[in-house]
Amino acid sequence: MAQMNMIEAIKDALRVELKRDPGVLLFGEDVGKVGGVFRATEGLQAEFGEQRVFDTPLAESAIGGLAVGLATQGFRPIAEIQFVGFIYEALDQMFVQAARLRYRSGGRYNAPIVFRTPFGGGVKAAELHTDSLEGLAIQTPGIKVVVPSNPADAKGLMISAIRDNDPVFFMEHLNLYRAFKDEVPEGEYTVPLGKANVVREGKDITIIAYGLMVHTAIKAADELAKNGVSAEVIDLRTLVPLDIDTIVASIQKTNRAIVVQEAQKTSGAAAEIIAQINEKAILHLEAPVLRVAGPDTVYPFALIEDAWLPTPARIVKAANQTLQF
Amino acid sequence: MPNLTDEQLKEVMYRMVFTRTWDDRAVNLGRQGRLGFYAPVSGQEGTMVGSEYALTKEDFVCPGYRDMPQLVWHGLPLYQAFLYSRGHQHGGQIPEGVNVLMPQIIIGAQILHATGVAMGFKLKNEKRVAITYTGDGGSSEGDFYEGMNFAGSFKLPVIYFVQNNGYAITTPFAKQTAAQSIAHKALAAGIRGVKIDGMDVLAVISAVQEAAEIAREGGGATLIEAVTYRFRPHSMSDDATKYRTKEEEQEWTLRDPLVRFGKYLESKGLWSEEDTARVKEEAKAAVNEHIKKAEQTEKMTVAGLIDSMFETTPPHLEEQKADF
Ligand SMILES: Cc1ncc(C[n+]2csc(CCOP(=O)(O)OP(=O)(O)O)c2C)c(N)n1
Ligand SMILES: [Mg+2]
Repeated sequence: MAQMNMIEAIKDALRVELKRDPGVLLFGEDVGKVGGVFRATEGLQAEFGEQRVFDTPLAESAIGGLAVGLATQGFRPIAEIQFVGFIYEALDQMFVQAARLRYRSGGRYNAPIVFRTPFGGGVKAAELHTDSLEGLAIQTPGIKVVVPSNPADAKGLMISAIRDNDPVFFMEHLNLYRAFKDEVPEGEYTVPLGKANVVREGKDITIIAYGLMVHTAIKAADELAKNGVSAEVIDLRTLVPLDIDTIVASIQKTNRAIVVQEAQKTSGAAAEIIAQINEKAILHLEAPVLRVAGPDTVYPFALIEDAWLPTPARIVKAANQTLQF
Repeated sequence: MPNLTDEQLKEVMYRMVFTRTWDDRAVNLGRQGRLGFYAPVSGQEGTMVGSEYALTKEDFVCPGYRDMPQLVWHGLPLYQAFLYSRGHQHGGQIPEGVNVLMPQIIIGAQILHATGVAMGFKLKNEKRVAITYTGDGGSSEGDFYEGMNFAGSFKLPVIYFVQNNGYAITTPFAKQTAAQSIAHKALAAGIRGVKIDGMDVLAVISAVQEAAEIAREGGGATLIEAVTYRFRPHSMSDDATKYRTKEEEQEWTLRDPLVRFGKYLESKGLWSEEDTARVKEEAKAAVNEHIKKAEQTEKMTVAGLIDSMFETTPPHLEEQKADF
């Protein structure tokens, strides 16, 4: 196994699949010659040629629509939207045209497309570069949503996403790209979509998170442990499909839960998770399930983003509230 | 040649030198973490300073993300430009009477706004003009075509100013379009299209003055493609050596708009190296003063941010303040 950061792991996954399947294409703004603004695709054009790995003109709707058209011709496009805020330009193509292709054609066509995009705060980037827009995607029927929290998962989930026959919105947290290196299995390593990971076992409370917030949750769990509280931390890995079984199994043990998301509080992934907990595990709960999330404001880039983002302290506070209910 | 007095010519040079110095300082401030995202402008002073100078303060500027100089020369206080970069909301609080919108991160969005602003002027029978900026990359967005097409259809007083600096981050112009020029794209929208040398500030002023006059007289929109070059990389986290050659960069340095216009003014006895040195000192002092002012501006808080979302803060948001 090799030590890789998340960027390297993603690149490794892309390379494995470009090599394995000649139908895999990779394109977007600046992804070709130079390998993207984060160099996640560096060297891939040199290795696989300009036909399969290419720069597009600056037009997100066209990138999304190109992917849909290519999909109808048997290709497996990996389309990069350079930063998360620019998916708005491509929303019709991603969330309508790609997501509804199977339905609209009664299964005659499908859209095996991966829409990759960096997202997530804490890196002092410009406006609209660091929002968490997974909530828009999870409310969209027909598209899967993946948010890895570490290099190995990023690789395994990416390969699964590329092989999936339906569109996948693959969100890569900016603050994890080079945050740390970890062991990443070589070759065709896959992590199934829809399978959460219990990253820490505990018995008093379940903390549910995804993306960067998994790490924030682990820090909170460390704090809680100092006070004798044993917290279980679940890394969801994918939001659609959601692994509710792992969540329910954990709650059956802990009887308490909180959900952490970086996105704004209202109507996001956490709200959906809590709704499903109500449906499937309410009689196991000793306390209401709380959310730790960003407030319902526009994401304040740079200056006060650290004050805005969920912190271990806010998670600990919510956990204690739940425990003392 | 635009019809400018000696004083006006000197003012244009003053602004270009000031902008260059500000850019140099801003890059350093960015490195020190005293500015947030900053998009360098050196090389594009001819297009930025010249195009704004050709308009009146009543005309309206809808910038892209790199067009901070046009905003500042149109009246936005420099410290607010710094605040915007730092992510402070006061950076976007455009003072009353300054006819600009905030920098636009979404490439292309501003093109449509300018189209709407221009329709507003037309509906109100005001002889004002809207100008909007984008780059060679931006000219590939659907919004670019849609905006121009509307302007043609409604005959609107708007100028679409494209600064073609040859690259969109790493992507060269040749990959952006197979069109002979960006100016050609005006044809399909039924508006005027002109291509000019953006390293020649006087050519820029002439073209914008002419377009503005036509627009004011009800003659409709113009697309101006100004060919220029940005000496620095796209942003300070970008490495231009990956996609541009040293030779190319050097070749463009020879066309530096400051050098060219400076030489012209020197030949007329209107400018000297001492003038340049003096303006640089003035600009440095101004940048220092304004960055200090930006840093001393009352800090933003999450509670204040919450209150800035709606005219009256709804109860669910009021409640969320307790977390901060
Ligand atoms: C809608 C949208 N897509 C992508 C980006 C990311 N991005 C920022 S600058 C840039 C290139 C812009 O090139 P150009 O229009 O030529 O302007 P220049 O940077 O050369 O001034 C890109 C792709 C963005 N800001 N907005
Ligand atoms: Mg450009």
